[in-house]
Amino acid sequence: MTAYVITADQIDLTFQTADGPVHALKGVDLTINQGDFVSFIGPSGCGKTTLLRAIAALEAPTAGRLSVNGMDPDAARRARAYGYVFQAPGLYPWRTIAGNVGLPLEIMGFAKADRAARIARVLDLVDLAGFGGKYPWQLSGGMQQRASIARALAFDADILLMDEPFGALDEIVRDRLNEALLELWRKTGKTIGFVTHSIPEAVYLSTKIVVMSPRPGRITKVIDSPLPTQRPLDIRDTPEFIALAHEVREGLREGHSYD
Amino acid sequence: MRNTLPVLTVLLAVVAIWYVAAIGMNSTWVRDQAARSETVLGMGEFVRQTLSLDRPVLPAPHQVAAGLWDGVFGQKITSKRSLVWHGWITLSATLAGFAIGSLAGIGLAVGIVHDRAMNQSVMPWAVASQTVPILAIAPMVIVVFASAGITGLLPKAIIAAWLSFFPVLVGMVKGLRTADAMQLDLMRSWNASRSQVFWRLRLPSSMPYLFASLKVAVAAALVGTIVGELPAGASAGLGARLLSGSYYGQTVQIWAALFVAAALAAGLVFLIGWIERLALRRMGLAR
Repeated sequence: MTAYVITADQIDLTFQTADGPVHALKGVDLTINQGDFVSFIGPSGCGKTTLLRAIAALEAPTAGRLSVNGMDPDAARRARAYGYVFQAPGLYPWRTIAGNVGLPLEIMGFAKADRAARIARVLDLVDLAGFGGKYPWQLSGGMQQRASIARALAFDADILLMDEPFGALDEIVRDRLNEALLELWRKTGKTIGFVTHSIPEAVYLSTKIVVMSPRPGRITKVIDSPLPTQRPLDIRDTPEFIALAHEVREGLREGHSYD
Repeated sequence: MRNTLPVLTVLLAVVAIWYVAAIGMNSTWVRDQAARSETVLGMGEFVRQTLSLDRPVLPAPHQVAAGLWDGVFGQKITSKRSLVWHGWITLSATLAGFAIGSLAGIGLAVGIVHDRAMNQSVMPWAVASQTVPILAIAPMVIVVFASAGITGLLPKAIIAAWLSFFPVLVGMVKGLRTADAMQLDLMRSWNASRSQVFWRLRLPSSMPYLFASLKVAVAAALVGTIVGELPAGASAGLGARLLSGSYYGQTVQIWAALFVAAALAAGLVFLIGWIERLALRRMGLAR
């Protein structure tokens, strides 16, 4: 019985570069529960993306133990444990939105009728019902990113890993997508790992905020959010929210005092 | 058509320079002839003669045009004097060679992108193959094939393929590697197989590179075919037409064949460009 979906035990990840080794992650311990919404926040170079990629088995830790769904990350990847969303939508211009959302399903060998049903369901989930026949260039940036989230959801992985998915969008679109993402998380009960460098975004979305700092990349603080799961946008003006944001900011500052 | 005026201006300038050059280059002969027959030529008569020689050093544009007209429309297209017939001989070998060369180029590129050993071993040979002058290889190919009893289209197509596989190879190696790291990571996150990555991501994203290299390749294939028609023995095709023209000093015939060859190449490149536009627009890669 694994209580945790993701556990990291003293992970190191070192890149060998021409300028010598770069310690992207050093001594990272972390546990993530089923259904957690976990944000990784920190300045660039703190290893938050590397940690997410290690969970996705897109990078391999050089030391320590990392487990996803009770397996090593690569086995979990092969078992299609997670959907990954990048900063750019990365939709194929030669496929329609439905074709793009269906791409992982085709690759994983889902039957045609099942594919159509799943595509319709996830497009509805990200509020893109009726846009399946459009091509990516016919959609706005925010809609394209929603389509890429639908693509990550289509094959029903329990874990959704998102690497600054709204980083390239303007603030108004971002607010709306954050609200939609929370709604989606409540509906699906997925475990979400979310990389960001926006404090309000991390505080608004997360049940658990992982504060990281660079050189070497490490976790300086893990904050469990006391905020309720129902979060209207104006929760950001409440004293609890502001106190939590303050705590995250303090955590980030502590990380910086090292250098 | 805003461009009509500049295009026409350039064309007129070329024709004008051509006429002046024809008068200049053919003048020696005309002057010698006049001296031999001890006649004195007026300016008008002198110019008229330089532009209407049977075997001019440089035929005038209207002579080439007349030769072209006669070659294309003045003969039955089954006649050995028809440029349509010769053009078809050359075109068919060009297309066959282009097809062989393009498929070979794509095949090698696929191998290079997927196999480490091929990545390191094929490219040097491909480059070496192109540094050998085609004029040196063409007769050998013709002779080797002829000794095996194979003549006609195939040996020429092989020479055309020799020239046309290379741009496709280079273009496709680049094209098949053009998918960015994020796209490949996504495929990896879905646990896609190599063939799935190839058919769904690498090949579609290589299309702009494929078409660009096909345009170079088709022109190269035409050059290869014509070179393949030059070695003695070839009696058909634009290359043979060029060769017999130069044997008998039929400069008009040479120029007419050259123009047909140029028109063929332009037509083929245009055709590929047209398919490219359609395909890339459909694929949303046109921007």
